[in-house]
Amino acid sequence: MTDFLQLFFSGLATGGIYALAALGFTLLWQASGTINFAQGEFVMLPAFMMLAFLTMGLPLWAGFIITCAVAVVVLGWGFKRGIADPLLRFGMMPIVVATIGLAIAMRNGVRAGYSAEAHSFPSLFADKLFNIAGVTITLADVGTLVAALILVVGTQAFLAKTVTGRAMQAVAQNTDSATVLGINVPRMIFYTFAINALLACAAALLVTPAYLAKFDMGEPLGMKAFFAAIIGGFNNSRGALLGGLIVGVCENLASAYISPAYKDAVALVIFMLVILFKPQGLLGKAVERKV
Amino acid sequence: MNRTILFGILGLALLLAVPPFLKNYGIYLISYWLVFVIATMGLNLTVGYAGQKSLGHAAFFGLGAYTVAILAKAGISFWLGLPLAAVGCFIIGLGLGFPALRVQTIYLAFATLGFNTAVWLVMRNEEWLTGGTFGMDISAYGRPGLFGLSLEKNLAYYYFVLGATVVLSGLLWALLRSPWGKAFTALRDNPIRAESLGISVQSYTLLAFAIGAAYAGIAGALFAHLVQFIEPAPFAVGTSIMMYLMVVVGGTGYFFGPVLGAAVGVLLPEWLRFAQAWYLFVFGSLVVVLMLWLPDGLLSIPDRLKARRQAREASAARANAARAVGVQS
Repeated sequence: MTDFLQLFFSGLATGGIYALAALGFTLLWQASGTINFAQGEFVMLPAFMMLAFLTMGLPLWAGFIITCAVAVVVLGWGFKRGIADPLLRFGMMPIVVATIGLAIAMRNGVRAGYSAEAHSFPSLFADKLFNIAGVTITLADVGTLVAALILVVGTQAFLAKTVTGRAMQAVAQNTDSATVLGINVPRMIFYTFAINALLACAAALLVTPAYLAKFDMGEPLGMKAFFAAIIGGFNNSRGALLGGLIVGVCENLASAYISPAYKDAVALVIFMLVILFKPQGLLGKAVERKV
Repeated sequence: MNRTILFGILGLALLLAVPPFLKNYGIYLISYWLVFVIATMGLNLTVGYAGQKSLGHAAFFGLGAYTVAILAKAGISFWLGLPLAAVGCFIIGLGLGFPALRVQTIYLAFATLGFNTAVWLVMRNEEWLTGGTFGMDISAYGRPGLFGLSLEKNLAYYYFVLGATVVLSGLLWALLRSPWGKAFTALRDNPIRAESLGISVQSYTLLAFAIGAAYAGIAGALFAHLVQFIEPAPFAVGTSIMMYLMVVVGGTGYFFGPVLGAAVGVLLPEWLRFAQAWYLFVFGSLVVVLMLWLPDGLLSIPDRLKARRQAREASAARANAARAVGVQS
């Protein structure tokens, strides 16, 4: 039983990180219809940026803040103006292909330009272990989960309670009405991209200590973020959290009780089950299509 | 229409006449390219004509290859393995597409992505069946024979693959000219309106996806005897994405798009070999630039030039007409 709880908690921590990536992905999709296949690489790039700042001698917190700023400009504004804006009017396929190409470029750019090896990354949390009722949990697990929860709930609160957040929601739900109401739609969409960039930076800070920084760390992360977003219900921010946690926990349990070799297939299996029985996701609302 | 047939015949003539003058590696490269043309033709049906987003095509490619290889090891002839691979991939395509297409079309992209990873994991882990990462060497079983002719030599096998490509292209051409083909195009352009006309969106998208999968299976079967050493690496998600990019770069929905796209995808690594580590970065960046500049792929260039010429002629005609009436333009 203690094994199970241990796996459960460490799965929650990993799931929290998936939730962050899934949330950013969901927000982008809702607000602007951008399916970002480079979401995993959006986490990988800030990780390497922070690594670069560390090797230059900056403390971690300073590197993180600068990386956040750079990410908002490059992965937020640059991505929006350079790729999303010109391509969105052509439908979904060009943006899918462009983000796929972007993911390949980012991955191999880092691989060729920086390093093809895995690098270690300092953890935010000290190496402490808690022992609660016989279950050993690391401080990193708890800290990651708490940080992810704070960020997701915080983003949700921002979207629901502030005027800007509600304007962003309005743009996501009905862009034309939002324009008529005087909301600056392009700026709201930019904020969405910026929030996605910031969430990706946070995810990078939390996930890299455990999984090491490598040019291909974004691939599995991105894929699980997509699945987590849909499992939870992509039109609901809380859904991203739930989806992420479910994927994280089930992965951990499956790799221990079934087989570690098929760990990456677990998210797919859950995804297929969810779309068979509850296509709008676990927390999603059924969406009607306008004709 | 006439020009397309002319190009097709010219291309075929070249493909028939040139290879005997090429070295072994050249023949291998063209055969490799043709195998990918078959696979991407199927993908073009799914992506270009039916408008679906399939990112797991290499999984069916691999399933076809491994089917033929495993059957060869069990002593079963290629001529039984080939249809088995095609039908098997068709059925699996139906099974995979059915839940995903009930929802949104983009869900198929994720489902196929995950499916590819899962299949690749099985190929890698189940050593008793597939040889795992050590792969399967089927050169000992030899290439299949056709009506008593041996296909053992590279040139002979190349002509066989060329023949298969022509036959499959012909089948696809016929399919696209048929009412089914019109239904597929209707789906791509406006699925809801197509449904209102009585076309069952789900059935046709599923059919397009399954046929695409079957084509990939056939391509995989041919690939198995071309390379004669099957291992999981060429069937991973990276290859699926390359195939998808091949279709898009060539031009989705254009019949010869895959021919051009597969050529780009197969030859570009050869040309960019000097760049080594940076080759994929250049490729990825090129794809982004191509999407920004030519979202409809390379084969859309003639259409764009024609559209621009027509627009210019139309505005010139308008200016003339305005002048004739005496209105200041």
